[in-house]
Amino acid sequence: MMPALGALPIVLALLGAWLALGAAGLLALERQVFVARVLFPLGAALGAALAVCAAAALAEPPQSLVLPLGPPGLPLSVRLDGLAALFLLLLGGVSAGVSCFAAGYFARREGAPPGLICLAYHLFLAAMGLVLLADDAYSFMLAWETMALASFFLVITNDRDAETRGAAFLYLLVAHVGAVALLACFAVVANAGGGLGFAAMRAQPPAGDAATLAFTLALVGFGAKAGLLPLHGWLPEAHPAAPSPVSALMSAVMLKTALYGMLRVGLDLLGAPAAGWGVALLALGLGSALYGVIYAAVQVDMKRLLAYSSIENLGLMFAGVGLAMVFEAHGKPTFAALALCAVLFQALAHALFKSLLFSATGAVLHATGERNLGRLGGLMRYMPQVAWLSLVGALTSAGLPPLAGFVAEWLLLQGFLFTPELPDSFLNMLIPVAAALVALIAALASYTMVKFFGVVFLGRPREPALTAAHDASLPERLGLAWLAAGCIALGLQPLPLLRALDDSTRMLGAEALSATLGQHTWLVAPVAVERASYAPLLVLLGVGAVFALTFLGVRQLFHGRARRAAPWDCGFPLQTARMQDTAEGFGMPIRQIFEPFFHLRRELPSAFDRAPRYRVTLEDRAWRALSLPVARGVEACTRLVAHLQQGRIALYLLYSFATLIALLLVTMP
Amino acid sequence: MNAAGVTAQTLDLLIALTLAPVLSGWVAQCRAWLANRSAPPLLQPFATLRKLFHKDAVIAHDASPLFRAAPYLVFACMVVAAGIVPTLSTNLPLAPAADAIALVGLLALARVFIALAAMDLGTAFGTLGARREMLLGFLAEPALLMVLFCSALIGHSTALTTMVETVADAGFVIYPGLAFAGVAFTFVSLAENARVPVDNPSTHLELTMIHEALVLEYSARHLALLEWAASLKLFVYSCIGLALFLPWGVARGAAASDLLFALPALLAKLAVGGALLAALETVCAKMRIFRVPEFLATAFLMAVIGLLVHILLAGEA
Amino acid sequence: MSAFATQLVNLCAAVLLMVTFVMIAQRRIVTLIHLYTLQGLTLVVAACVVAWVSGQPHLYGSAALTLALKVILIPLLLHRAVNRLNVRWDVETLINIPTMMIIGIVLVVFAFNLTLPIARLSVAIAPGTLGIALACVLLSFMMMITRAKAVPQVIGFLSMENGLFFAATAATYGMPMVVELGIALDVLVGLLILGVFVFQIRAQFDSLDIRQLEKLKGD
Repeated sequence: MMPALGALPIVLALLGAWLALGAAGLLALERQVFVARVLFPLGAALGAALAVCAAAALAEPPQSLVLPLGPPGLPLSVRLDGLAALFLLLLGGVSAGVSCFAAGYFARREGAPPGLICLAYHLFLAAMGLVLLADDAYSFMLAWETMALASFFLVITNDRDAETRGAAFLYLLVAHVGAVALLACFAVVANAGGGLGFAAMRAQPPAGDAATLAFTLALVGFGAKAGLLPLHGWLPEAHPAAPSPVSALMSAVMLKTALYGMLRVGLDLLGAPAAGWGVALLALGLGSALYGVIYAAVQVDMKRLLAYSSIENLGLMFAGVGLAMVFEAHGKPTFAALALCAVLFQALAHALFKSLLFSATGAVLHATGERNLGRLGGLMRYMPQVAWLSLVGALTSAGLPPLAGFVAEWLLLQGFLFTPELPDSFLNMLIPVAAALVALIAALASYTMVKFFGVVFLGRPREPALTAAHDASLPERLGLAWLAAGCIALGLQPLPLLRALDDSTRMLGAEALSATLGQHTWLVAPVAVERASYAPLLVLLGVGAVFALTFLGVRQLFHGRARRAAPWDCGFPLQTARMQDTAEGFGMPIRQIFEPFFHLRRELPSAFDRAPRYRVTLEDRAWRALSLPVARGVEACTRLVAHLQQGRIALYLLYSFATLIALLLVTMP
Repeated sequence: MNAAGVTAQTLDLLIALTLAPVLSGWVAQCRAWLANRSAPPLLQPFATLRKLFHKDAVIAHDASPLFRAAPYLVFACMVVAAGIVPTLSTNLPLAPAADAIALVGLLALARVFIALAAMDLGTAFGTLGARREMLLGFLAEPALLMVLFCSALIGHSTALTTMVETVADAGFVIYPGLAFAGVAFTFVSLAENARVPVDNPSTHLELTMIHEALVLEYSARHLALLEWAASLKLFVYSCIGLALFLPWGVARGAAASDLLFALPALLAKLAVGGALLAALETVCAKMRIFRVPEFLATAFLMAVIGLLVHILLAGEA
Repeated sequence: MSAFATQLVNLCAAVLLMVTFVMIAQRRIVTLIHLYTLQGLTLVVAACVVAWVSGQPHLYGSAALTLALKVILIPLLLHRAVNRLNVRWDVETLINIPTMMIIGIVLVVFAFNLTLPIARLSVAIAPGTLGIALACVLLSFMMMITRAKAVPQVIGFLSMENGLFFAATAATYGMPMVVELGIALDVLVGLLILGVFVFQIRAQFDSLDIRQLEKLKGD
């Protein structure tokens, strides 16, 4: 009956070991050095081991187990298939780097006791692992909620800060709204099929309106977690409030669990998707992506900038899922596989570069105590290693060859280019517009990343205190280097990963891409070399060879003499750090072009001001439009409820008395 | 990969490296004639490059390695881009390494590095140039991509060589979508190559310059490489334009006779194109910087409409 | 032969659409008139091609009529009017231009989808052009809405008529000559009336801003 179990028990053991590390943290509540130097590195090692196991499991057939844990009659059932293995690979790979970074980062006291942080951190990791493994609605929701709560406690680490508390509660609220939607979604699916197990749901998916209802609920639930458009407001609040390694994990892995959930429910459990779902996802995803990238371009807080950029990336991934659904609904499984591969690849790439960038902001934050881009600058001279490593992250995020971000973008655009073969003429017209949006979003992302990297690391320090900044500690740099190496390796040789995605795409209703990928070693050619091909390593070799030849050639033919002098700057005699563009200045063109997107307040100095001040505040228009009416409604409700509270004991006794009478009446036979 | 392919590839690169400065010189010459000035010699850019290479480089005190590496990197990107675009022959062993989308990515890589290098010293003009360059970039890049998509839909391929072969093989076929793409492409190339309605390559007027502000801090060999890269960029854009819209005359095989025929065709096309560019620059006025996004947005939307028109008219055929 | 003619008509359609789009993005009135002339020329070419392929000689007549009216007479009148009114400078639009172009794309998609079922039924040489013609009409309409000055509005009206004419020529081999003559006369009379109207506004308010007309409303 029970086949060889392969990687699943090992994966479960690793998750259990994470839990044990958390428990150990609880025992060593205040021992900063022990937690930072022993427990976190151990967690990193477990992460690396998990990545190795998951990579091995990519090619194995699905394995499932029932764990005799929890209340009677409700055991936890787990299953490890290709899709779960891929996301576990992501979890393991990213957490190895981030935990390593955290070992340096948490060597300094952050709000809560280090042991508690360690507990919540490892609980968070294990819960994310269980979300990916869960094979029935009960286990899934249990893990999902544990993940939300653990991350809530991590966000609120610096609980003395009122802003952090506000952000954390907002996060908790949205997380629960999403969870309620998910519960309802599973209820609908379970109602159609034979119970809570995913296998039963898969066997009997709901049909017609019930399926659409389930899809909509799943979209609300997972969309809230992923920060899709109207429910994105928590993301730019919670990410900056959390300590940097936590922001890194939330952005890199937790948001991906939402993507995983969408794939699992939308394409696996609900059976064949309808084209309308795909179009809805496409529109919602692209809208969120555009919105996110435009807001990212005008942010002045570096972590908020990255948070908005996460909204953009998740939006693109969901749009990719939508595209895959459209293809599947029209019976084009090969192209659906292409779109799905783009999504999965982007998920991995985004996890790597975003955790790298968030960790880098943590290093900057520790070195300078500043999060505001307006008070940073010139850090490349004081923390060169962090700067170069974040340059890798920034370039990946900007979607530039030959790094990982570009491969994902390339695959997605290829997916869009195949749409003219769809039979539906309306989609035919719509999808070039969507492809244009993707191109625009990608270009804006590179604008944002130039702003991020240029303002933080290049130029002159905008504050005198910055000259005292120093490079990050060794574990921190190791963590960053691990993640950067991932970005480079995935970018240069995407083929092994793309080939390993076969199981996942086949399970999600598409075909396997490796059949069309051919036998090339270096050339990514998803359909045929004549149609499209890309060889990142060759591009890198070409650029590197020309670079080296030019460098040597110029020195050989001419000379390499150089003199040092003050910057020229058109001969302007006085140059101060205040003369360079600020973050606001760099975002100004975007602010001007996309003005209708923003809720803008501007304070301009008059010509006669002694101490002129210029201030611009931008508010998130979509979030205001959603949250203000809700807040007003809640306030109105509380006012109504407040009428019950009159402060007189007699009245309260009357309430109890009335309740008692009512209950007795009800129970009367 | 075969010997003929390698020959064609090498020839392609050599032609690009030598012809690019000549093309810039030719445009400058035409502009001078049209403005009734006496023209500089055709090979003036080479003389300038030689002079710059001989000079001692002056580098700011606190320049980072990024600043010094950027010119080499930008130059390398442009050379590789020139190696991918079929100028003489479609039999290029390097071409499968990067299709049209990767080509746009390569150009974007160069743009990002030059913008980062300009921000490195923290001078007022450098950051101004970087911001404006990125402003141009974020509209021009998707517009260029859409233009390429338009051709990609016709050739059912994003490989530049296949696109060229499709259009060249089809004989005399009119693709209405390409008309839109052509207009959009003209707009984009003007903006990307710092040409008149958007930027003026021969100005040093502080407040209006874009490209010159970016390279303001560079001197000697670094400046030479950037200038060479700029002329290579003009050459690459010209060749993309020729490949997409006028591919006739490009050699298919690598036979010497084919290449011999392709070279004069290329020279003639470039000469006419350069003269047209000079004429366009002479009759147009430079626009305000905040009109530029509008100009490029028009290009972007034109290209999108080109795609739509192509799909509508191809759907029925 | 027929395939080539179809391509030519398609090209004319694309040029027409492009010119209409450029009109939307154009602030300068004189350029608008040039673009209108270009539209007329495109129509002439399209009519000649259709006449040649379908063998309907009356289309040559309508081409000649178009040439005389839309390429020569009306632009001439417009140029004279612009010179006399002295309104050669840029005119700002009510909505900014990229936004208008985005709305334009939406209109194009809408028009294409609307005409697709009709085009499938058609047997004319280039049925796909019907969508483009409809898009031109809608775009010109939008141009009329978003211009605050009288002359661009007049040009918008005229270019709308061009879209209709193109639809008639390309999709249904033209209308009977009588109708065509009538429409030509209509356009001319319309232009004259609008001209008088423009000069009247100018005399009344010393400006060509249409928003001035809002003052005529009784309080």
